[in-house]
Amino acid sequence: MKKNVESIFEQYPKSGRPDLIPLLQDVQESYGWLSEENVVKVSQFLDIPVSNIFGVATFYNQFRFQPVGEYHIQVCRGTACHVLGSSTVLKEIEKQIKVKAGNTTKDGVFSIEIVACIGACGLAPVISVNGEFHAKVTVESIKSIIDSYKTIEKK
Amino acid sequence: MSITIEVNNKKIEAKKDETILEVLNKNGIHVPTLCHIKGMLPDGACRMCLVEQKESGKLITSCSAKVYDGLEVLTHSPKVTEARKVIVELLLSNHPDDCLYCVRNLNCELQTLSENLNVRERRISGKKNQLKIDRSSPSIIRDPEKCILCGRCVRVCEEVMGVSAIDFVNRGNQSYIGVAFDKGLNISSCVNCGQCIVVCPTGALTEKNHFSEIIQALNDKSKQVVVQYAPAISVSLAEEFGLPIGTDMVGALNAALRKIGFNFVFDTTFAADLTIMEESAELIKRVQENKNLPIISSCCPSWVKYAEEFVPEFLDNVSSCKSPQQMMGSVIKSYFAEKSNIKKEDIYSVSLMPCTAKKFEAQREEMTTNGISDVDAVLTTRELVKFIRLYGVNMLDIEPEVADSPLGTGTSAGKLFGTSGGVAEAAIRTAYYKLTGTELLNFRIPEIRGFKNRKEAKIKIGDLELGVAVVNGLGNAKKLLDEISAGRSDIHFIEIMACPGGCIAGGGQPLNFDQEAFKKRAEALYMIDNNAFVKVSHKNPDVINLYNNYLKEPLGEKSHKLLHTNYTKRNVLK
Repeated sequence: MKKNVESIFEQYPKSGRPDLIPLLQDVQESYGWLSEENVVKVSQFLDIPVSNIFGVATFYNQFRFQPVGEYHIQVCRGTACHVLGSSTVLKEIEKQIKVKAGNTTKDGVFSIEIVACIGACGLAPVISVNGEFHAKVTVESIKSIIDSYKTIEKK
Repeated sequence: MSITIEVNNKKIEAKKDETILEVLNKNGIHVPTLCHIKGMLPDGACRMCLVEQKESGKLITSCSAKVYDGLEVLTHSPKVTEARKVIVELLLSNHPDDCLYCVRNLNCELQTLSENLNVRERRISGKKNQLKIDRSSPSIIRDPEKCILCGRCVRVCEEVMGVSAIDFVNRGNQSYIGVAFDKGLNISSCVNCGQCIVVCPTGALTEKNHFSEIIQALNDKSKQVVVQYAPAISVSLAEEFGLPIGTDMVGALNAALRKIGFNFVFDTTFAADLTIMEESAELIKRVQENKNLPIISSCCPSWVKYAEEFVPEFLDNVSSCKSPQQMMGSVIKSYFAEKSNIKKEDIYSVSLMPCTAKKFEAQREEMTTNGISDVDAVLTTRELVKFIRLYGVNMLDIEPEVADSPLGTGTSAGKLFGTSGGVAEAAIRTAYYKLTGTELLNFRIPEIRGFKNRKEAKIKIGDLELGVAVVNGLGNAKKLLDEISAGRSDIHFIEIMACPGGCIAGGGQPLNFDQEAFKKRAEALYMIDNNAFVKVSHKNPDVINLYNNYLKEPLGEKSHKLLHTNYTKRNVLK
């Protein structure tokens, strides 16, 4: 259920600087990303300059400034996945969908996010597309995984 | 309480609660710093100020560590100098190698540190971030590739100005300083004060330069190039030419500007007097009608933009007077043009200001008449020095000259505009005379002089007790305005200057943010006032002539058209 920013604010009656990160998390959870409009609203609500909020939000990987794609690909870059080659996996995904990590394709179909560890080290290297896990991915298997989502999209 | 510490094996007296750096500076021991800003809370980010704690062998930041009894430190031990050198080498590892083409060449703190620490090779090669230069602002250019992330600009913008237009973005080696959502400075809340440029150790922040347009105009036979210089300029040049700080160089400046080729040389001090005529009339009118009080000065374009963005509820309080620069620009292209039979299209009007926000002000829509800007180009004091050198004028061997008539005479009241408290003092001198028919005793209001953040005075003018407040630093202005919003009503006149200390410490001044230098410049202005024959704006003969022959009366129809304006709320990313 999507809550609007104002109703999120209602949950922070005595708000101040310490509420910034939880509030941004709530906004992102509800909207999927942090839009300029919403960040400005948060800034006015907490009386913190927009530049400060942008600084805090860009410091953490978890915050996004673009809406996620229809298929949101999370690439695990945790230790186990890293050892088993997740960096080449990531590069291959970026190559396949022609967009860098942290961004969304122009048609809005795919987006890539790097996550630290999704807790499936036994399946490394692992990626998750809209919560659906793909285990032991390789550079070769990436193409077919992406293509399978492209076909669903076309139908 | 006095304690004893040992520095480089010598005993030194120190006061409890002082930082090590303060004690070292007091005793003439130089320790390099980068992120430190004198008078502001320590940051400890750059690690340049490291000293070795003898007992433990640890390196500690002298800017943030306090002294204690029995402390022993070494300021230039091999360990310390090596650490400092590595810090500079790391800073240089992703820094552009274009010193020769950099505006801060020979005047760069990074360059000086590198030289002093004897860095002779690129030992460490780092990955350079590809970052775009932001040229969107009419006043300030940001080149993030030259930035070393010391954070001084961020702190000045937030702590002194209360604006926070910029902040650190991203993390780790991806960090840079930028505007929210990577927008341009032009749509941010930046008020163009330029204090970020003054504190920047490198060439990452500079003013937007207009040399080529001015040179083109100077070479154009069909143009009459007119120049005006702000009251603070003449006392802010000396150190750049090897003279003692604060020396008044007005005569040499007039002569130099003529040598460069300016056709007419005018003194903005004249327009400051004109501003006082209008502003004091406005003050008296508002006091008599008890309307829109307190009246707030509008001479500082950074303050005006700040008001439009952050406190629009006070816009009715802001004086409708244009700033002296713009009044002069307006009078040059009307009264002067008509009087000297020059078409206003043929006038190219340049102004020399201690300020970067004046560049912004000059291109404001409100400051143009029928599509012609009242002021065409603005140079800061720093740029003026370069311009003088570009034209090879020797300021030390030049016959002093006086400015041109009819806009070249200023009184010492107008001259005081250059320092915090000056506008208020000049306005009160004239208002006092207008209300009582006699001059203010000694012409002086010592309570509103000096470098304090906020100065207040109550002045008895007949039956009226006029409350005056003078603030500098926009963060301090906000505090005062909050008090007024909360119901404080004993203040009638407020002077607000964005830069701490006023225009003598402006964002366009030579890069030397030393309080002592500012004090000397302020003293120079007060000395000019002490020695002046005419100390009040209403006795400026050229101003009297202008009213008699052209404007008729303050706040009259013509004045209203030429010398007044109005401001509106501004929506920016803030």
